[in-house]
Amino acid sequence: MTQVRDMKLDGNAIAGLLREIFAVEMTTARGTCAACGAVNELGRVEVYIHAPGTVVRCPDCEQVLMRVVRGGGRYWIDLTGVRCLELAEG
Amino acid sequence: MARAAVLGRLTWQFGTLAEIVRETPRVSSLFFDVPEWPGHLAGQHVDVRLTADDGYQAERSYSIASAPTDKRLALTVERLDDGEVSPYLVGELRAGDRLELRGPIGGYFVWRGDEDRPLLLIGGGSGIVPLMSMLRHRARIASKTPARLLFSSRALADVIYREELERLGAAGDGLGVVHTLTREKPAGWTGYTRRIDEAMLRETAWPSEDSPAVFVCGPTPFVEAAASLLVAMGHDARSIKTERFGATGG
Repeated sequence: MTQVRDMKLDGNAIAGLLREIFAVEMTTARGTCAACGAVNELGRVEVYIHAPGTVVRCPDCEQVLMRVVRGGGRYWIDLTGVRCLELAEG
Repeated sequence: MARAAVLGRLTWQFGTLAEIVRETPRVSSLFFDVPEWPGHLAGQHVDVRLTADDGYQAERSYSIASAPTDKRLALTVERLDDGEVSPYLVGELRAGDRLELRGPIGGYFVWRGDEDRPLLLIGGGSGIVPLMSMLRHRARIASKTPARLLFSSRALADVIYREELERLGAAGDGLGVVHTLTREKPAGWTGYTRRIDEAMLRETAWPSEDSPAVFVCGPTPFVEAAASLLVAMGHDARSIKTERFGATGG
């Protein structure tokens, strides 16, 4: 039986998805966790892709940073857990 | 070129398989000609998409194995028997076939070769692939950056790139290659024969005072274990870049 902790990926796994949405490279963007204030490059965050949507968690406090659902040609993006995103100008 | 490699709209394109090289019984390297390839950085990956006759699509990410300056784009793929994509790539795809892919993707888990910090690479199984792109890049640009690779495989027959790693490690340009086998102890084997632990890292890794650039890639439990050991040994968690393969997929 596969343990949930072994299903954990990281931000590298959603680099393609994030670039579809934001149109720039996002794994080097820095996100501030709304819960604990930790600042992490998105390549470092915890990612779970086995649910119907993608769930992104803070590597420091494990709170949900983002949820992304794709379907029917649309995206639903919940960024409640990210206080700030800092990224390089395209 | 680096700018082109990380920016720009991500679009699907076709690569044509030029050559297949069998690395181990389960792992093959696929060399593609990609006409519109914008160039890549060592450590980046591509997304591969298969479309069935009924329109069903399966998408997977594969690390790029080739160096940025290599003529062809190389992917090294492990065949997972219950996977949706890898059994097609390793087993059915033939030279001359076209494959839909997009990339390069990623910018976090990359080594550009332009910094002086020593390079510490820790790979488990097919987690060697993006690290191999870095080592090939290091060799192509004749970098003298001190580098060490600690590579964990199950058995000797499972060691991906074994001969090439031997050559690179013997080149005398500051690269040390250390193997560990977790399920076999072949006769005459001089490498380690256990899972990566603190004693092994103390013997092989750069100490934290040397502030190495660290890249760890492999299955999730492997990456978590290696990264935790390094942090416990005093390495700055933010200088340890990790890429996890997860427990399923393929």
